[in-house]
Amino acid sequence: MRERLFAALRWLGKRANDRIWRLGFASRFFLMTLLYSGTALRRFFLTVREIYFTGALSLIIILVSGLFVGMVLGLQGYDTLQRYGSSEALGVLVALSLVRELGPVVAALLFASRAGSAITAEIGLMKATEQLSAMEMMAVNPIARVVAPRFWAGVVSMPLLAALFSAMGVFGGYLVGVQLIGVDEGSFWSQMQASVDFREDIMNGVIKSFVFGVIVSWIAVFEGYDAEPTAEGVSGATTRTVVTSSLAILAADFILTAFMFRGV
Amino acid sequence: MNRLTLDLWVGFFVAIGLASLLFLALKVGNLSASTGGETYRLEAKFDNIGGLKVRAPVKSAGVVVGRVSEIRFDSDNYVAVVAMQVDGRYKFPRDTFATILTSGLLGEQYIGFEVGGDPEMLKAGDVIKKTQSAVVIEKLISQFMFNKAAETGDQQ
Amino acid sequence: MSAESSQEPLVELTNVNFAYDRRPILTGINLKIPRGKVVAIMGISGGGKTTTLRLIGGQRKATSGQVKVAGQDVANLDSGGLYRLRRRMGMLFQFGALFTDMSVYDNVAFQMREHTDLPDDMIHDLVMMKLEAVGLRGAARLMPAELSGGMARRVALARAIALDPMLIMYDEPFAGLDPISLSIIGDLIRSLNDALGASSIIVTHDVQESMKIVDYIYFVSEGKIVAEGTADDIRNSDAPYVHQFVWGEADGPVAFHYPSCAYGDEIHEVAGHA
Repeated sequence: MRERLFAALRWLGKRANDRIWRLGFASRFFLMTLLYSGTALRRFFLTVREIYFTGALSLIIILVSGLFVGMVLGLQGYDTLQRYGSSEALGVLVALSLVRELGPVVAALLFASRAGSAITAEIGLMKATEQLSAMEMMAVNPIARVVAPRFWAGVVSMPLLAALFSAMGVFGGYLVGVQLIGVDEGSFWSQMQASVDFREDIMNGVIKSFVFGVIVSWIAVFEGYDAEPTAEGVSGATTRTVVTSSLAILAADFILTAFMFRGV
Repeated sequence: MNRLTLDLWVGFFVAIGLASLLFLALKVGNLSASTGGETYRLEAKFDNIGGLKVRAPVKSAGVVVGRVSEIRFDSDNYVAVVAMQVDGRYKFPRDTFATILTSGLLGEQYIGFEVGGDPEMLKAGDVIKKTQSAVVIEKLISQFMFNKAAETGDQQ
Repeated sequence: MSAESSQEPLVELTNVNFAYDRRPILTGINLKIPRGKVVAIMGISGGGKTTTLRLIGGQRKATSGQVKVAGQDVANLDSGGLYRLRRRMGMLFQFGALFTDMSVYDNVAFQMREHTDLPDDMIHDLVMMKLEAVGLRGAARLMPAELSGGMARRVALARAIALDPMLIMYDEPFAGLDPISLSIIGDLIRSLNDALGASSIIVTHDVQESMKIVDYIYFVSEGKIVAEGTADDIRNSDAPYVHQFVWGEADGPVAFHYPSCAYGDEIHEVAGHA
């Protein structure tokens, strides 16, 4: 009995130790990435190339999802608002939910599964096929040459994608609310403009998506770099990127929201 | 992937990303309305501000002329002090009446200016003397009930 | 550099021990790579050969002992010094390790672009010279995925010699090649070494091919050097391990059986349970 208890405790201790050690390694890796960002920023083409892969190739999924989320918000929002006779507030509802929450969060979740997993798989495969090792032997730092450009591309792309998602969503809400259901177009836009504040709502949304961009890119490059250099290792790391960054996005969203909108 | 096509795609991506941000700022948000022009600060004291919040609009004749910038409690006189940033293009006479109003039955609260006839205008930092507090709906209802009760009592 | 006199060997390992998670990989390794020579490190898989290369390249640090390359103690170099040293080394990885997102041309040009400020047309000429040396000038525009295994190995070789290194390391250069590619690579290793005036280390378990081209051989088994000498010495060696290895015998000092209890006991045990 006591043996069992000790074994369980040891197991727990080892798990906790491993986790903390990995977190420490991830933090050091993050600092190294920042430290070696000189190349990514000086030879900006390296980063531009990654922006293409992370940002431009995510356009379709972001635009289509944004449109549909906005259209659903339009339908559901109208259904609820018209019970209280305030269906002109539809624009406010659609815009505020998108700009404050859904835009940054859903775009980041999509980004994690579309671009984050791709980054992890790519870096993981480069490690498994000794490309990172080869780079090191050629006196080129893989963190500077491979990791940092991907990291910065993610950080740059994320706010743009979130803004696209929100804009597309507002347009979708407009299509359903105004064009399909027939909410008054003037009040749809004017109430929206009266209630959505540039600094309080839009800028906070941009800050959120920037933070999410840092989180997702960090997790993606780290999981790739830390992947076991085998086929199973890389596929496991890819899954972990999606799961960990999704949880991290939602947790960070709660914390950021608590700070940003506390006083209002 | 050719470098030129790649540049083109990234350029396109960044351009429409920035365009949508601009769309959010101008069309969805209020950046176009509050163009960050000159404002001046006015203060007003109210016995009760009801549900008034920071950034609530200040309207005169239905037009938004400013926003509430700060709300604090004056512990000497036990009143609420509301500071407003008013658009520098608009001037108001010194005997302007500031009232806390509600848009619709359940809508948000805002400050309404009713203009008086004083030839002298309010300057930055001035305090509006004449104010009327928010109508608190609970008080209104209890007053109504009290009156009703009194009426029925009289009839008996 | 005064430390780099031509008599002194280019690479020298003295009493090197290396342990990974307290599991010893290498014990008491003494090894010299003279200038201008091609030296092979042979042994069975998992015997610590690749680790030796990593120690020389500075990717791993020895637990004890000294690893000197061109007169410098690798373990004592800071990252800047290590990177400066690595610019003078070339390494061919087991399966080439070509950068899959770049064309053959860009792969070979990689180090020139990273480490020099040469103009594009000069880089072009240099890349073409290197590719010509391995016979793949015509494949410059191909992507690594379009190459056969032997061609990929040759491109990786061109990439390894891009900056005319003083030391070229080969990690299993013959693994998984057809006989023709095998002898092409073998010839290239020898001729490039002599043309560049470099020194080469080959880690391999391919006895016959490497015997043809190397000057000296170290035999590594279970983390120790068990035999050394020229190709003829090794061929005629009567050390049982070397004999088994060179002649490819299935049983010998390297047992066919994984350590286990006596066969008879195991059978009885199972029978007893049934």
